[in-house]
Amino acid sequence: MTVTRLNEANTILAKEIIGRYPKARSATIPLLHLSQQQNGYVTDEAMAHIAELVGATPAEVMGTATFYEMFKFQPVGKYLVNICGTMSCQLLGADELMHHAEQRLGVKAGGTTADGLITLEHAECQAACTEAPNMQVNYRHCHRMTTESFDQLVDDLRAGRLDGEIPPHGTLARVRQIIPAEKSAGVASPDAPVVPAWMPEAAK
Amino acid sequence: MSTYPWAAGFIDDGDRPQIVTSRFQYDDSYTLDRYHATGGYQGLKAALARTPSEVHEEVKSATVLGRGGAGFPAGTKWGLMPAGKYPRYLVVNGDESEPGTYKDRLLMERDPHQLVEGCLIAAYAAGLSQVFLYIRGEMPLAHERVANALNDAYAAGYIGKHILGTSFSVDIVLHWGAGAYVVGEETALIESLEGKRGEPRLKPPFFPAAIGLYGQPTIVNNVETLSNLPWLSVNGATAYTAIGTATSPGTRMVAVSGHVNRPGVYEIINGTTTFRDLLYGDEFCQGIRNGNELKAFVPGGGSAPWFTPEQLDLPFEGRLVGAAGSMLGSGAIMVMDSTTDIPKAALTLTHFYAAESCGQCTPCREGGTWLERVLQRVVDGRGSRADLDQMFEIGESICPGTFPHASSEALGLQAAPFPYKMTTICFVGPSAYAPVHSALTLFRSEFEAKIVERKHIPVTVGAPIDHH
Repeated sequence: MTVTRLNEANTILAKEIIGRYPKARSATIPLLHLSQQQNGYVTDEAMAHIAELVGATPAEVMGTATFYEMFKFQPVGKYLVNICGTMSCQLLGADELMHHAEQRLGVKAGGTTADGLITLEHAECQAACTEAPNMQVNYRHCHRMTTESFDQLVDDLRAGRLDGEIPPHGTLARVRQIIPAEKSAGVASPDAPVVPAWMPEAAK
Repeated sequence: MSTYPWAAGFIDDGDRPQIVTSRFQYDDSYTLDRYHATGGYQGLKAALARTPSEVHEEVKSATVLGRGGAGFPAGTKWGLMPAGKYPRYLVVNGDESEPGTYKDRLLMERDPHQLVEGCLIAAYAAGLSQVFLYIRGEMPLAHERVANALNDAYAAGYIGKHILGTSFSVDIVLHWGAGAYVVGEETALIESLEGKRGEPRLKPPFFPAAIGLYGQPTIVNNVETLSNLPWLSVNGATAYTAIGTATSPGTRMVAVSGHVNRPGVYEIINGTTTFRDLLYGDEFCQGIRNGNELKAFVPGGGSAPWFTPEQLDLPFEGRLVGAAGSMLGSGAIMVMDSTTDIPKAALTLTHFYAAESCGQCTPCREGGTWLERVLQRVVDGRGSRADLDQMFEIGESICPGTFPHASSEALGLQAAPFPYKMTTICFVGPSAYAPVHSALTLFRSEFEAKIVERKHIPVTVGAPIDHH
């Protein structure tokens, strides 16, 4: 099966991303995200394809991918609901929120609802500690959650009312950086050392 | 009303100087138009009108302390790169994930151009040929805002080839993480940026300024640190050091969370504002919720040893807080009131660090996990008195000799010297122990109350078994 390799458009994008780094392997994580955006999770075929693109072995790419929490290796729901359980959230009701979420969704943390829409996860600090208890839906923050606002959110997700705001799992930023070729200063390769033109040593 | 719905959590009550949050009042603060209308990119122009070493000297004389956790002065850090070795890189640490910390995400979402301008000033001053802006994976809004800002700044000629018609040329590449706390450690950040597992490197020899990204001299600076540079470049070091104290000039963004009446992110004057001001002041958190008593607080992110009401009058000053046995870390205060289940609060943090261990160093990988298991047992009411000393023993294997044992109280050992000695490459291991040590030292009776005494079942020795 080659269907879960990066498709043609994403392969072009992948090569553009690789071109921004002095060493291709630096693009590994961005390309893993790209593959997860395409397929919803990271497949073995995609990792093998990324390995070809960045000049690493599939095992090296898998070694990197498995280190990071955000990469999933089997399908998850369209929406990943991450409830923060770290200190400030725990002090202000994260345990109760998680308990309620498990009841409401009918799954334990780590599970996916029968309709495949929502995967529930326990998460660590989400950098919103003053807004506890906090959670994310596909990494979009939801602040100061209550059991009522959680129920409302689930209703909205099921009714498709948040389709425009929250892209399906795998898509992170909907804006990509574009470096126009004519404006680019170019990569600074360690193999071809150049003194920066604006530094005084360059004049000597 | 002094909170802005689009900058959730940020509060700017009072008449305090604002260095990095001055644009948060505008709902379009992240756009290039607003940035231009509020003095944007003037700092870059001021820098380009001077020599790189003049700009570097200014940052050095302003003593801009690193805002990521270690508090090392940025200008000094830049000066540690070996002379004449190029290319040099700037890696921006936007991997904010220390428990309690909430500021870099706001700065990236609300004022991305300020960060971009800060990167450019740093690159110009320190001769950095390429910038990698590493943003935590779980912050897609920050990605979008920074990506838009970079695209607009390229179009306007602020980034790329011959910036503003000068010989200064640098690319800024937006890079994103994928969820790993340890990557916030600078050498792990570099490993991750090289496409590898985010495992910290041994220092020495891998001090990034000497041997960093691709083995080249590399500066790793925090988002808030760099966001200070545009203001500094426009207003000068004298104006910068006029705010705060000589050892801690300028301002700091501080997130106060937990059991306070008005949790929020505040830009405070560095060095003089006290913890009492922050927790009880009218322009800050306005006291403990429900009129409760303060029990304890974490002064500088989840890794920091805890303080009690006794330390409330300490100012937000790195050396003084260090001398008192903790650290300011990443500007994150977590407040616990009298209703807090202390062993459980400690367990939450220990669980975090045990889960986030990269697994390289045995004391952290095994020790953190065992600390969590033993503490969990105590919290669940299945613990024994021996478990409490066991936790100190496990901690000893991560931070040898620095923490007093319960059994060494007779020796008068009370204060926990900080930073500690450690048997691990990075701070994650000691961080798993810090909350346990603090909680057990300060509130031992709460742990003891969870221990159910069990009677030993007497072992009856029967007649020897006849195997024949």
